This record gives sequence, structure tokens and C-alpha cells, in this order.
Amino acid sequence: MAANPMYQFNVYRIGPEIKIGEIDISFTNASLFMVISTIAILFVFNLGSKKKSLIPDKIQLLSELSYSFISKMINDTAGAKAKPYFSFIFSLFMFVLFCNMFGMIPYSFTVTSHIIVTFVLAAFIFIGVTIIGFLKHGLGYLKLFVPSGVPIFLLPLIIVIEIISYLSRPVSLSVRLFANMMAGHTMMKVFGGFVVSLGIMGGWLPLGFSVALTGLEILVAFLQAYVFAILTCIYLNDALNLHH
Amino acid sequence: MKKIIIYLLALFSVNQIAISAETGGMPQLNPEFWISQVFWLVVTFGILLIVLSKFILPNIRNNLEKRKSQIMENIEIADNQKIDSEKNIKEYDRIILDAKVAAKKTFSLAKEKIQLDLTKKKEKIESELNSEIDVVEKEINDLKKSAPEKIGLIAVDTASEIVNKLIGVEVNKSNVSAIVNEQIKLLGDK
Repeated sequence: MAANPMYQFNVYRIGPEIKIGEIDISFTNASLFMVISTIAILFVFNLGSKKKSLIPDKIQLLSELSYSFISKMINDTAGAKAKPYFSFIFSLFMFVLFCNMFGMIPYSFTVTSHIIVTFVLAAFIFIGVTIIGFLKHGLGYLKLFVPSGVPIFLLPLIIVIEIISYLSRPVSLSVRLFANMMAGHTMMKVFGGFVVSLGIMGGWLPLGFSVALTGLEILVAFLQAYVFAILTCIYLNDALNLHH
Repeated sequence: MKKIIIYLLALFSVNQIAISAETGGMPQLNPEFWISQVFWLVVTFGILLIVLSKFILPNIRNNLEKRKSQIMENIEIADNQKIDSEKNIKEYDRIILDAKVAAKKTFSLAKEKIQLDLTKKKEKIESELNSEIDVVEKEINDLKKSAPEKIGLIAVDTASEIVNKLIGVEVNKSNVSAIVNEQIKLLGDK
């Protein structure tokens, strides 16, 4: 049994080493779970969108409910202008959700517990939102940093704070997801270790905790996917509607 | 399927145990596979995004819209039927009301006619009765008027016959009638 709770996050190569020039793009366990998540999402939603009955069956209902859930979320936070970005946010939410949920299977690997993965997603969102903002409003997008109704002598300070908070968005977005997933999985591993080390006499208490933590982590897995998607919507709302 | 899952589980557990001997610290901060992860993230997420946005999501959207329009259509049809039925109910009420009014009218007409007939017959019977009463009264009056005369005549005849029988004398009728008239007058005066 792996004693160190951090070993579950190790990335290792599956199959041969693949290199393009000097760059190593080998297929790893992380890649495997990305592929599994993607295939699972496509499988579920393909099945759910194939049948077109007026009264949906379970899988159709599932996909349609997900569709309306995310559609409503985007509409509520970013308004009607965000409709073209629906596919992206839907994919993002489903990808994060499925990666988180697959991570809950014992001995599996949690893709989203790696800062590099969440950071790439967050940075892509950050850059994309910034580009959309400048495309929609030109240099007027910079007004985002100047809140209305602030006394003039406070403006220099506020602008600096606003810029820092804007630039820290990708960091906070990526670290939130990564830290949540890592902390949860580490904690489960630690409690799992307690069960083994305390044995049949004292292991029941940490076992109970493990069960409870599993439930909590499933909740967190969903919640973090939701938070990730809704923050994306909020950033998109800033870029599209620009009222501060 | 079960075999594959068991195989994968075994593979991962063996790998984890093997790696557990190697390093400490956070594997997330080891940049060895960063580029590989980014590459595979872009590939898988890209495929996911493209397939979802091109093929799957439009299907779901169409399906939802189709259902929505179908439901709206059904609601519209139901509304129309409701309006129709309300119209029919009004029509029905109107017909019932008309019928009631007509019935009342017929009833009152019949009543009037019967009343009229009754009064007519009554009047007729009354007039017939009156005329009969008149005739009878006239007859009675006539009788009343002619009675003293007749009685007088009978009395004259009777008196003259009695006289004839009693004394065998033919009496002058005019004398007898004068006496009888005188006696009748006396009776009438009494």
C-alpha cells in the first residue's frame, strides 16, 4: 500500500515514449483519464441526443436537463449575448465534472488535481475573455478597471487593485479547482491509511470518516465543476456587457 | 468489460506502488509531463468541444425546441377547443332561454285563449239564459194578465151552468159575467 498520500497524483507513461522534436508528449495516465472522460461524455450525450421522442427516456432526460441547466446558468449570469459561447461552457463544465467524477473511482487518476491542467483551462478562458472584451468594446474595455462612483482621489488605488484582481483571475480559478481536488483526495488517502494502520480494532472510525468524505468529495466534484463554469460565465459577462 | 476494469485497477495499483519508492513532495509541481498533459488536454478537450458543438448539442437543442413547439401547439389547440366549447355552452344556454321564453309565450297565449273562450261561452250561456228567462217571464206575465179573464170566463160558464142545473133557467151570460167580474174585483181588492 502506498503510504504517501501524494503518490496518487503521480503521472507516469503508459506505452511508448512519444516525442516531437525535443518535446515529450507521451501518453500518460493523465491522458488516459482525459480520453476516458471525453469518450464518456460523448457516449452519454450521443445516446441522449439520438432518440427524439416527445416523452424522453432516462438518458435523453439526463442530457436535456444538463442542456437546460447550463443554458439557464449562462442566461442568468451572462445574459443572452453569451449564447454563442454555450458549446464551450457546456464542454468545459462536462469535462471538469467528468474528470472530477472519474477521479472518485478508487485507483483512478484525477486529471483536475493537476495545476497545469486547470491552469491551462483557466488561462485559455482568461485570454479568450480578454480578447472578446477588447473585440466588443475596443479600448473601452479598460473601463472595467474604473468602477463608477468612486471618488477621484481614490481612483489610482482602485485601478491598481482592479488590475491585480483581473490578472489574478486565472490563478484563482485554476488554484481553486486544483487545490480542492488535491486536498480532498489527499484527505481520503490519509483516512484510508488510518484505517489500515489502526487495523480491525480502531479502524472503524476513520473508515466511517472515509465514507463520509467520499460523499463530500462527490459533492465537491460537482460543485467545483459548477463554480468553474459559473465563474467563466461571470468573466464572460464582464467582457460582453461591461457594467461595473 | 469487468476483466478490463480489473486489469486497469491492477495496472494502476502496481504502478503506484512502484512509483511510491521514487520521489517525495507534490507530483503536480514536477514539470516532467507538463507538456504532455497540456497536449493531451488540448487534443481531448478540442475533440470534445468540436463533436459536442457540431453534432450533439444542436440535436439536443432541436429536440427541445421541437418539444416546446409541440407543447405550444397542443396548448393552442386546447385553447381553441376551450373557446369553442364555451361558445357552444353559450349557444346551448341561449337556446334553452329561447325555448323557455317561447314556452312561456305559448302558455300565456293558450291561457288567454282559454280565458277568452270561457268568457265567450259564459256570455253566450248567460245571454241564452237571460233570453229564456225573459221569455218565461213574459209567459208568466201573460199568464198573470190572462188568468183573471180566463177565471172570469170559467166562472161565468160554471155559474150559468150551475144556475141552469139548479133552476133550469137559461141565464143571460152578460149578466152573469157582470156579477162575476164584480166578485173578482172584490176578491182582487181583498
